[in-house]
Amino acid sequence: MTTGTVPYIPAVEVEERETYLNVSGKIRSWLLTRDHKRIALLYLISITFFFFIGGAAATLMRLELMTPARDLVRPETYNRLFTIHGVVMVWFFLIPAVPTTIGNFVIPLMIGARDLAFPRLNLASWYLFVFGGCFTVAAIVLGGVDTGWTFYTPYSSVYSNTNVVLTIVGIFITGFSSIFTGINFIVTIHTMRAPGMYWRRLPLFCWSLYATSCILVLATPVLAMTVTLLAIERIFHVPIFDPNRGGDPLLFQHLFWFYSHPAVYVMIVPGFAVVSEVVACFSRKRVFGYWFVAGSSIAVAFISFLVWGHHLFVAGMSMYGGIVFSFLSFTVAVPSAIKVFNWTATMYNGSVSLKTPMLYALGFIGLFTMGGLTGVFLATLAVDVHLTDTYFIVAHFHYIMVGGMVTAFLAGIHFWFPKATGKMYPEWAGRIAAGLIFFGFNLTFFPQFILGYLGMPRRYAGYPEEFHLLNVMSSAGASILALGYVMPLVYLIWSIKYGKDAGPNPWKAMGMEWTVPSPPPKENFTKIPVVTQEAYAYHMMTPQGGDGPILPPAPPGERVEGGKPVDVEWSKQ
Amino acid sequence: MDFSKQFRLFPEEASSVAGRVDTLAIWLFWVSAFFTLLICVLIVWFAIRYRRRTENEIPPETKSHEWMEWSWSAAIFVILMVFFAWGAKLYVVVKKPPTHAMEIYVVGKQWMWKVQHPEGQREIDELHVPVGRAVKLIMTSEDVIHDFGLPDFRIKQDVLPGSYSTEWFTATKPGEYHLFCQEYCGTLHSEMTGKVVVMLPHDYEAWLAGTVPDVSMVQAGAKLFSTYGCAQCHGQLAPTLAGLYGRPVQLDNGKTVVADENYIRESILNPPAKLVANYPARMPSFRGQLSEEQLIDLVAYIKSLGAAAPVTQPVNGVAPDAIFNQPPAREPPPIVPVPKGGRR
Ligand SMILES: [Cu+2]
Ligand SMILES: [Cu+2]
Repeated sequence: MTTGTVPYIPAVEVEERETYLNVSGKIRSWLLTRDHKRIALLYLISITFFFFIGGAAATLMRLELMTPARDLVRPETYNRLFTIHGVVMVWFFLIPAVPTTIGNFVIPLMIGARDLAFPRLNLASWYLFVFGGCFTVAAIVLGGVDTGWTFYTPYSSVYSNTNVVLTIVGIFITGFSSIFTGINFIVTIHTMRAPGMYWRRLPLFCWSLYATSCILVLATPVLAMTVTLLAIERIFHVPIFDPNRGGDPLLFQHLFWFYSHPAVYVMIVPGFAVVSEVVACFSRKRVFGYWFVAGSSIAVAFISFLVWGHHLFVAGMSMYGGIVFSFLSFTVAVPSAIKVFNWTATMYNGSVSLKTPMLYALGFIGLFTMGGLTGVFLATLAVDVHLTDTYFIVAHFHYIMVGGMVTAFLAGIHFWFPKATGKMYPEWAGRIAAGLIFFGFNLTFFPQFILGYLGMPRRYAGYPEEFHLLNVMSSAGASILALGYVMPLVYLIWSIKYGKDAGPNPWKAMGMEWTVPSPPPKENFTKIPVVTQEAYAYHMMTPQGGDGPILPPAPPGERVEGGKPVDVEWSKQ
Repeated sequence: MDFSKQFRLFPEEASSVAGRVDTLAIWLFWVSAFFTLLICVLIVWFAIRYRRRTENEIPPETKSHEWMEWSWSAAIFVILMVFFAWGAKLYVVVKKPPTHAMEIYVVGKQWMWKVQHPEGQREIDELHVPVGRAVKLIMTSEDVIHDFGLPDFRIKQDVLPGSYSTEWFTATKPGEYHLFCQEYCGTLHSEMTGKVVVMLPHDYEAWLAGTVPDVSMVQAGAKLFSTYGCAQCHGQLAPTLAGLYGRPVQLDNGKTVVADENYIRESILNPPAKLVANYPARMPSFRGQLSEEQLIDLVAYIKSLGAAAPVTQPVNGVAPDAIFNQPPAREPPPIVPVPKGGRR
């Protein structure tokens, strides 16, 4: 510890310290910003917009499913609703959720950089995202699309008469935004780490987003090619997937899942990223088994490219193909289990505080565990034959993506909100929302496991009487869940204006993002810090005598005098 | 709203594999429940036991132990492999139809199921089968991908356009069961449902007798065979079709394929795709000239031409599977007399 006794207190805020927020208030300065923190906020606003579009579609679906009859909307409308819900939630919320918002905001801060490696590319990727989003929104407004988010051929390429091309153009463009973000993160993490930030000191958040970025860069081009082939067949009638003219309908599924299974991990590994940070901070402990948690992210990313066939067990793949893919799918459960055990073990002998972010993170661990274990049901061949394409699948992936990813996203939002805005939200409101979401989520999706085992098919606008009760429970849960999701939107916006000042480090967290003021200045670090310790040195925190606040060690390697950081030589060690 | 009798956790166990799938699923459930509870209990326990008592608390450092990581990874891996092997073993049973199951043809289209019995009976959105006999469905689609899902039998199989998919089951309990299309297929996907009626052998017999077929599939296929003049070449200029089904065929590219339904189908629609060795590519394609129903009639006829391996064929209608592919039957193994219509 260089200067353990002289902690960095960004002192009594002298009025109007310049931050990344107030550096200029002009719309133009926001739309042309190259600051990763502002771009993160632009993304946050965009994906929140899409989240509520997708949520509205889900609400209508749950209302339709209140009764067995197809009575609220017509079947063709219902089909559009679940397609919109899937497309919007997958490509316009879940995939960008953590990387482009929280990742964009905190990666440079965590590794001691002033920005991402390619700030202009970062802005370009937001514009691409919005541009792609416009196509998809246009497709919805101009009558919708009814193929399901999976676009299975030959229905999507020959039979559907909805806006398939418009939608996939949107997805195609947005894919490039993902690729740009991925490249940017990879290069940033490789080249922009502050002196002393060795790989072994890299926060697990960065490890996970590094793995995510690799998936984005390697898998997204396959999606682009797949939807291009689909568009070629649809527009120019070149037979690719249409068997009546010599195409292969299963080829599409292989290509699509070769992208989409890894994409599933794009939708969950960033959740691991957030949870690792939050659990460590609120247990005041180093994450148990650092290398295993870091390595399992990489392992998950790697194996995710080898398991796509588990989506085709009943599609007409050969039996031996099924057995191989089943085996590979089982192996992916091991790194996931390693993570869950390690997070739990991190709490052991810690100092556990159940603040809002921690409630979300613990909720994540429970829900992700259930999502992962029901995934084992589906990797088990004979059981998958019964369960696939039923509500069991629906419940399973919502446990991963909503119970997992959305919960982790909210954990992250609540964790870094004080950093991004300099304000605190009311803790009681946060806890109530977290509780509502946990309860509402389980009430919505647990009955769907039973529905699925009973055989209720997914993507059905109506269903036999015998499934009524469980569907009513599910819809009731969805209304609680919806309330839970609206709450943070309200109190977080309220807090931006009326919240209490948060100070630089309200959670007493380690990590370099907490060593700068909240909100951070435009350039993040006045002087680039020198890192001299691991990411989770919670045991080295310094209590400031008596009942005073305890503080993390000063910014690694950075000397602080009178509230202002002083330059320090790059210690060569 | 009548919610009575809605608290069920399992669908009917109405096929020979249903109970076995359920047993496996129940084991998966208990193991999953154990780990979920373990994690939840640990989290709650740690959250209470190690709760933050004072704001300034700094807990001691905990060293992580590699042996711990490796051992719980290994333990999880071993447990997973047990389920992998169990699931794969059962999957082989679920996937592989007994060689002498009775065959019924299914054609899916937006949004109905057309069922065709070899004896000539046709059904829409219904499938009548006898209890206790292995039934193999040979299925195709006229348009998009559908899926013939039978939750009470714990099986489903996608039905693809352009090729035949197969699915088999032995029903073990008379009754009516759901048939769901389980692959999204467009507007009325959720109405592409039907029922499977499982009947006691004598009821099934009565049903067959009462549903007067116009003509058996083999007869219909024979008629097509002569209408399209197939016999003009096959036998002399083209390979003979007698005894073809189920036999390996030497192709001109040196490979060998087994002549199954998909091979016969492809050879009718796209003859050059798999040319028989030593025969010129002179057969025209019949793509677009035959409906899916006509195609399956033709396939059924060609399959009926001579027996590749007599042991695997039903003898006088007594299905060999009644002898050795029988699940532990709840009903005595039924013997179905020769249906009229001259199957084979
Ligand atoms: Cu997958
Ligand atoms: Cu269908």
